[in-house]
This record gives sequence, C-alpha cells and structure tokens, in this order.
Amino acid sequence: MADSADVQHGVEDQSKRDFLYLAAGAVGAVGVAAAVWPMINSLNPSADVLALASIDVDLSPIAVGQSITVTWRGKPVFIRHRTEEEIAEAQAVPLEDLIDIQSDDERVEQPQWLVMVGVCTHLGCIPLGQNPNDNKGEFGGWFCPCHGSHYDTSGRIRRGPAPRNLEVPAYTFIDETTITIG
Amino acid sequence: MAFQSNNALVRWIDHRLPIFTFMNAELNEYPTPRNLSYMWNFGSLAGIVLVIMIATGILMAMQYTPHIDHAFDSVERIMRDVNSGWLLRYVHMNGAHFFFIVVYLHILRGLYYGSYKAPREILWMIGVVILLLMMATAFMGYVLPWGQMSFWGATVITNLFSAIPFIGPDIVVWLWGGFSVENPTLNRFFALHYLLPFVIVGMVFLHLWALHRFGSNNPLGIDAKGPQDKIPFHPYYTTKDLFGLGVFLLVFCAVVFFAPNYMGHPENYIQANPLVTPPHIVPEWYFLPFYAILRAITFDIGIPFTGIVLIDAKLGGVIAMFGAIAVLFVLPWLDRSPVRSGRFRPVFKQFFWLLLVALVVLGYMGAMPAEQPYVAISQIATAYYFAYFIVILPLLSILERPKPLPASISEPVLKGGGSVAGATAKPMEKP
Repeated sequence: MADSADVQHGVEDQSKRDFLYLAAGAVGAVGVAAAVWPMINSLNPSADVLALASIDVDLSPIAVGQSITVTWRGKPVFIRHRTEEEIAEAQAVPLEDLIDIQSDDERVEQPQWLVMVGVCTHLGCIPLGQNPNDNKGEFGGWFCPCHGSHYDTSGRIRRGPAPRNLEVPAYTFIDETTITIG
Repeated sequence: MAFQSNNALVRWIDHRLPIFTFMNAELNEYPTPRNLSYMWNFGSLAGIVLVIMIATGILMAMQYTPHIDHAFDSVERIMRDVNSGWLLRYVHMNGAHFFFIVVYLHILRGLYYGSYKAPREILWMIGVVILLLMMATAFMGYVLPWGQMSFWGATVITNLFSAIPFIGPDIVVWLWGGFSVENPTLNRFFALHYLLPFVIVGMVFLHLWALHRFGSNNPLGIDAKGPQDKIPFHPYYTTKDLFGLGVFLLVFCAVVFFAPNYMGHPENYIQANPLVTPPHIVPEWYFLPFYAILRAITFDIGIPFTGIVLIDAKLGGVIAMFGAIAVLFVLPWLDRSPVRSGRFRPVFKQFFWLLLVALVVLGYMGAMPAEQPYVAISQIATAYYFAYFIVILPLLSILERPKPLPASISEPVLKGGGSVAGATAKPMEKP
C-alpha cells in the first residue's frame, strides 16, 4: 500500500521530503548552536572577575614628575604626574608625526595627570619608564623592551611594532585628587 | 600469511576480536622497504617520547595545583618533597625538548626524501596537525609552573590573537576568561594540557593508519617493485628501532641527569609577576624560528603611494608566523616533481640545505633582541623560508633535471639481485 502510494506521488513526496529534511536539519542546527553557546560563553569572564572591574585611586601623594603603578583588572595602570616640560613636549608634537593620531588633550582629563593601561599594544608586555632610572625610549616616555616600541610623554606610539597608543581607561575624577578607574 | 597460533585462548579471542591478526599484520609481518636508513628511526622514537610524556605528566598532575597562588610552590614541592618528583619533572621537561628534536628531524627527513608526495599527502597533513597540537600542548604546559617566562610567554602568545581585525580583543578576553592572564587562564590551560596529548595519540593512530596503507617511503624514494624489495618489520626494524632507542636514551639521560636545565630559562624559576616584564622575553628554543618570523614583519602592508594600510605590522607578523606552518599543509601540491628523494635532485638538494641554514639562522635571531642588524637578517631568512616553498619548489618541479633513478630498491643493494616488474613472483633471495 505505502509502496504504491509512494510511486504514484513520487514527485510530490520528493519535494516534501526535501522540505522535511531541510526543516529538521535547520531546527537541529539551531538546537546545537543553542546548546554550544553556553559552553563557549562559560569561558568568558565570570561574574566574580567582572565584579572587580573598578577601583579608586588617591592621587595626592604623587609628586610632580613621579609615577605610580596600580593594578586594575589584573593589569598595571600607569598614573604619571607630568612635569610642565613633559606636557609642553606632548602638546608640541605635530599630529602628522604620529602613528596612531591622537592629540594630547584627547588623552587626559587634566593635563598634569596621565592615566593609562601600562600594557604595550603590541603583544602585552609592560613598558619600562615608571622608575626614574628606567630606559624611557627615544621620546622620553616609555619603552617596551620586548619588541622595541617607543612611547612619548603622552603614551603615544612613536616608533616600533606596536600599532596603537597606550590605552587610556575610562576614569573620572570624583574629587580634586581621587579618580575612579573603570 | 594468515595469523596462526598454538594457544587455544589466543585463537578463541582472535576469532571474536581479531586483534592478534591485526598486530601480526601491522607490527610483525608488515612489509617494509629493505633500505631504510637511521633517518627512519625518528617516527617510532617520537611515539615512545609521547608515551614517556603522558606517563610522567599524569603522575605530576596528581601532585600539581592549578591555581596562581599555589602552582609555583606545588612545582617546587614536586622538585623537593615528592618521591622521585625531581626525576618526573626533569624527564617531562626535557622530554618536551627531545620530542621536538626527534619530530623536527622526522619532518626534515620527510622534506628531503619527498615523503609528502603522492600517495602520502594525507599522511603528511596529519603529521602537520600533530605538529600544531604538539606546539599548543608544549606552550600550555610551559605556562603551568607559573614562572615569569610562563606568565609573559602566555601573555605575548595570547595577545597574538588581538591582531585579528574587529573581533581580536574580544577573542583574547575569551581566551583569558578575564582581562589579563589570570587564574581562569591557568585553569583552562591545565585542562587543555591534559587533554591534547590524548588528541595527539588519536592523530598518531590516523598517521600510522595512513602510513601502513602504502608503507614507508625510503631513501631512494622509489616504490617497491615486489617482495624482494621489502623485509618484514619484525625482527629487522624492531631491532633497528630498539638500537636507535638505546642511543636516544643515552643522550636523553645524559641531559636529564647532568644538564637538566640546559635548555630551559633561569627566569622561569622566578614566580610570575604581572607587574614586571622580564627584560628579555624568549620562547623555548623550538619556537624560536617562528618567533623570529613573527618579529621579522616590522612594516605595514598596504596600497603603495596611498598610505592605506591593509595589514599592519602586528597582523602581518602573526599571519607570517601561522603561515610558516600552514604552508606545510599545501606542500604536496607545491612540489610537483615526480622524483621523491633529494638524492636524485641535484638542484633541490642545495636549496634544501639552504633552508636548513635559514631555519638555524631564524632560530638564532629569535633569541636576539628586536634590534638591527638582527631584524634585517630575520627578514632575509624569512623571505627565503617562504620563497623555498612558494617559489623555488614549484619552479624546480619544472626546471630541474633529476638524475636517473635506480630500477628497484634491491638493485643497488643486491647488485642486480632484484629485478623489475615481471619477475615479482620470484621469492626473496636468502643470503
């Protein structure tokens, strides 16, 4: 019975089967994707990691010309109380000389305070330049010893393999001398 | 010849699960070219090293703590307090180095004797997959002791993925499970470092399966013309492999017992510090040529005279480094010369040795700081590495005039004792 029906309605059955085949396959694929996504997403930062995502820093003990390093999200953040010369030097650089074009004003809230993530944008090493006797590179800012990237007094990439300026994290002054990073 | 046994139990099992028949065919009678040199020892050696690595690794996993606060100390505990822990760790650590030594020799053997050519393309490609898995396993294993090189090596290598346009930074956060290399990173690396060796075991089975389909290539690179060109694997090559193993173990033990840290880096005996980058980050020696290729791309690639950058230096370096392995996948289709063995390819042979020189130079440059003249030398050697595969081999396939091939494998050995097809029914001559 079923056999003879199949023969009679062969063409119709074929297209019906193709439809069922595709529909079932599509539902299956969506189901697999829905099941796989939580697995992939479980590898993303967890709630406890995200909870540690902002910190407050008191800037008052930092004298002019001094730098401190604080840890934020497991990464060092460089906070530098810049000297007048450093600010002037950073502001005097013609923008067309830069690899990643950004004026000094765009990188600071207040010109004397430079806050940035102290992670080289090349492959993630910590640049030197926080200690007074560090090699600060050819532009007087920071120098990454891993692959030779030179940053200026605004933390902008000037020479070497790094593609971008040192990242400026989101931060706000909550009073004259305290900032919240993150 | 079918497998026979006098043991009733063996016959009973073999009838239900023909495992004895299988082992007899693949490990005992398995016909092997009679002219294999010692360059054919490194495959079985690599297999033995893999077993040593898994055995020592499982035992150490029972003593190790994958947490950033305890990992370094737990490794020191293995070294000082665990019975024979120092031996397990030094064997495992140096086993990784020797794994790469034997596998690199195995690969160079294949490159010189054309073992990647038809009909062994898939065999070769599975080998490249095994190499990639080994590299991933070695990299993640190196992170586990949580020393300075562990941490900064992990940071540099995971940051390679940030070069991927648009989604790169998100991928890196996903790899880390945080915003830097942290405890979640260490945990997942430990899980994967435990898993991947068993994936390698699976790939090794496929590798052997593909190998036994047509049997080993040989120093002459010509196919066997008949049974007179082959000898059974046992006892001829079991003995030869065992002798090679003895020599290998002498060298291996000399290093394990007398210079266990010779190939390591002292910086890794300092606990990881996320706030201080070591002045000079160097990967383990087996990654140095690829590291040099990564650092050789110091220029942006774009449309000339427009200033439009298509691929910046960072992405370019990453593409070149992965490309250096990826090019091996298509090697069987780049080298179209019908002659396999370098012995009969006078021009190829010279370019091959030059490739070896380029690799040694790259390895040396990878350990040097990223300054001139090292960068320029790396660029020349990188250019040659890629030219060898993409330009020289395809051109040689057309231009080179190979030397005449011998009539059969046994002809040069037996002085005419073997003969060409037609006389293949003749039984193997006994001395």
